[in-house]
Amino acid sequence: MANLNVVQAVNDALRTEMRRDSNVVILGEDVGKFGGVFRATQGLYEEFGGDRVIDTPLAESGIIGTAVGMALYGLRPVPEIQFADFIFPAMDQIVNEVAKYRYRSGGQWACPLVIRAPYGGGIHGGNYHSQSPEAHFIHTAGLKVVVPSTPDDAKGLLASAIRDPDPVLFFEPKRVYRAARGEVPDGEYVIPLGKARKTRTGSDVTVLAWGAMWHEAEGAAAAAEREGIGCEVLDLRSLQPLDLDAIVASVAKTGRAVVVHEAPLTCGFGAELVALIQERCFLHLEAPVARVAGFDTPFPYTLENEYLPRAPRILKAIRETIRY
Amino acid sequence: MRSEPKLEIRPRRKGSNGLSVPALADQISDPFPLQSILTEDGRADPGQVELSDADLLSLYSSMVLSRFIDERMIAMQRQGRISFYIGSIGEEATIFGSARAMAPTDWIFPCYREHGAALLRGMPLEQFICELFGNAGDAMLGHQMPCHEAWRQGLYASISSPIGTQIPQAVGAAWAARIKRDEMVSLVYFGDGATSSSDFHTGLTFAGVHRVPVVFLCRNNGWAISVPRERQTAAETIAHKAPGYGVRGERVDGNDLIAVHRATSRARERAIRGEGPTLIECVTYRMEGHSTSDDPRVYRTAEAVEPWRKKDPILRMKAFLQFRGLMGEDDDAKLRARLRDDIQSAVKQAEEHPAKPPLESLFEGVYEEPLRQQREQLQALLAVEKLGEER
Repeated sequence: MANLNVVQAVNDALRTEMRRDSNVVILGEDVGKFGGVFRATQGLYEEFGGDRVIDTPLAESGIIGTAVGMALYGLRPVPEIQFADFIFPAMDQIVNEVAKYRYRSGGQWACPLVIRAPYGGGIHGGNYHSQSPEAHFIHTAGLKVVVPSTPDDAKGLLASAIRDPDPVLFFEPKRVYRAARGEVPDGEYVIPLGKARKTRTGSDVTVLAWGAMWHEAEGAAAAAEREGIGCEVLDLRSLQPLDLDAIVASVAKTGRAVVVHEAPLTCGFGAELVALIQERCFLHLEAPVARVAGFDTPFPYTLENEYLPRAPRILKAIRETIRY
Repeated sequence: MRSEPKLEIRPRRKGSNGLSVPALADQISDPFPLQSILTEDGRADPGQVELSDADLLSLYSSMVLSRFIDERMIAMQRQGRISFYIGSIGEEATIFGSARAMAPTDWIFPCYREHGAALLRGMPLEQFICELFGNAGDAMLGHQMPCHEAWRQGLYASISSPIGTQIPQAVGAAWAARIKRDEMVSLVYFGDGATSSSDFHTGLTFAGVHRVPVVFLCRNNGWAISVPRERQTAAETIAHKAPGYGVRGERVDGNDLIAVHRATSRARERAIRGEGPTLIECVTYRMEGHSTSDDPRVYRTAEAVEPWRKKDPILRMKAFLQFRGLMGEDDDAKLRARLRDDIQSAVKQAEEHPAKPPLESLFEGVYEEPLRQQREQLQALLAVEKLGEER
C-alpha cells in the first residue's frame, strides 16, 4: 500500500500496465520528457523510452486518429487529451471511428484504447479548462465511459480500462487530482468496470454522483445525517456500462433520489438516470427525482464555485426531496 | 507583400525513344513532373517495365474485372437491386498499380473507391456483393451501406464515409509496426477532396515528424462530387503540399499502371529503409458521377470528359500487352467473357443468402459483449409482433 493522490495513482496504473504489457503505449501533447501538464505521465518516458511514451504534434484529431491505427495493429494506446475541453477536434475520430470500428467491420477488428482526459471544473480554468463532456460519449454506442473519484479507483479502474476489449473514455477529475489522497495497493490492481461503489448506507434518500462531485455529495450527505436524514451515496464510477442494479436496489429501498453532476443540466447524464429510475422504481418513488447539476451556460470563470453543484446545493435538494 | 513566383508547367519534349521526359528546365521550374512510362497508345520503354509478364496480364485482368463489376453494379442499382454504388471507372490503374506494389503483409487503408484492392487482397467477389446487398452473407452483418467493405484477412481496413479519417489511422498502424519492429508499410488511399480535410493535415504532419513508413496515395480524379480540383486547393498540384510537411511528393500519371506501380514500389522501399513517407499524387479522372446518387451532367460538360477517354487505363494496358505480344484479340475476348461469367455467378451466389441478417446482428459488435441495455433492447424488439412488415 502507498498513500497517493489521484495523479500519482494514475501514474502508478500507467507504469504498472506498461510493465505488464509491452503493447501499452502513451501518446499525447507534452506527455514525454515533461511528464504531462498535470504530471500524470512523469517518469514514464525515462522508463519506457520515446517509442512508448510519445510526444505528438499538437492536434487532438491526429492523436486519436493515429491511436486508432495503433489499436488496429495490436498496440494498446492510451492517448492523453490534455484537457477534456480539447477533445472536440477529435470528436469525429472518436464518434465515427473509435466507437464504430468493431461494429462497422462486422467484428473483424476492434479498437481497444483508453482516452485519458483531465476533466471538470474547480481549478480556475474558465470555459476551456473546466468542462465535463461525458454525456456526448455515453450517448455514442461503442464507447465506455469511466470517471474515478479516489486514488484507489483511479488506479484500479484505469488498469481495467487498459485491459478492456472496448474503447474507454477515462475522465480524471482534476479538481481532486491532488486534493484526494488515499491508500492504493501496490503492483497490479484492477477494479471491474460497471460496478458502483456504495460509500454511505442510509434509508431515506439515495444520492448518485461521480468524479469530483462525489466528494461534494459525501459532504452534503454527512451534513444531512447530522439533521437526521439517512443518505445512501453511490459513486457510480463507471457511467457506461452502468451499475443499474445497484441504483435500482438503493432507490427501491429509499424511495427518493438526488442525482448530481457538474455538466450542464439539460441532456446531462442525470436525465438518463432519472428516466431509468422512473422506469424501474416507479412504484417505490415517494418524491420526484431531483437533479443538482451545472447550469445551461458555458463554464464560468469567476463564479465557478457558484456554478458547480457543491454540497450546499446538494443538501438543499436532499432536504426538499425528503420534505416533498 | 511579396508575390510568389508562378510555377510554369511547360510541355514535355520527346525523348529519343519517343517517350515524354521532362526537360531539365522543366525539372527546375516544376519540382513534381508528371511521371509516366506507358504512352497513350500503349508503348513503353522495356527497360522501365519492372513487372513480370504474368503480373502485367493478371493486373490487366483485375482492371477489366473491376470495370465490369462497376458497370454491372451501376446497372443493378438502376434496377433497384442495390441501394447505392460507388466505383472507380477510369481510375483502375491508380488502384491496381499501387495496391500491387505493396507486400502482402502491408496494410491497406482504403477510401471508398478501392474495392479492386480488396479483391486483389483476396476478398471473394461473392463477399463483396453480399456487402452491397447487406444480406445474411455479408461479413459486415449489414451494418454498413454498400461499398463499405472490410477484409481483415487481406489487411484491408474498414471503410468510413467521413472524408480523410483513414489517413492518420494508416499512419498509426505503420507507426505501431515500427514500434513492434515489424517490416510493414501502410498504403492509404484518398481523393483530391480529402487533401482539404483536417485528417490529411494531421496525418501528414504526424508522419512527417516521426518519419512513419506510410505511402499516401492521392487519387486525384479531378472531382469531389461536384467540386473540381481547382476549387479544392490553390496549390499548384497536390504533390506541392508534401514538402510543407517534410514529406516527399511525387506526381504520377494515374492512368499508367506501370508508372503508378513503380512510384509506389519506390515509395515503399524508401519507407522500409527509414526514409519516411511519400505523398503520391496520381493524376486520373473520374469518368462517371461521384456515385449512383448524382448526375454529373449538372456540374460538368461531356466535353470535359472526352479527352480522358483516349487515356483510358484499360485501353492503354491492352494496347501494351498486344504490342508486347502477351495477348491477342481472341485472348482478350475470352478473358472478358470469363470475367463476365464470374460476376454473374458471384451475383447469383450472393443472392442465395437470406435478404437480411438475423435480428440479433443489429446488436452484435457494438462492444465485445452486448451491454445490459442492448440485451434488453433486443428482447423488447423480439417481442414486437409483425415487426418486419411494412406499415
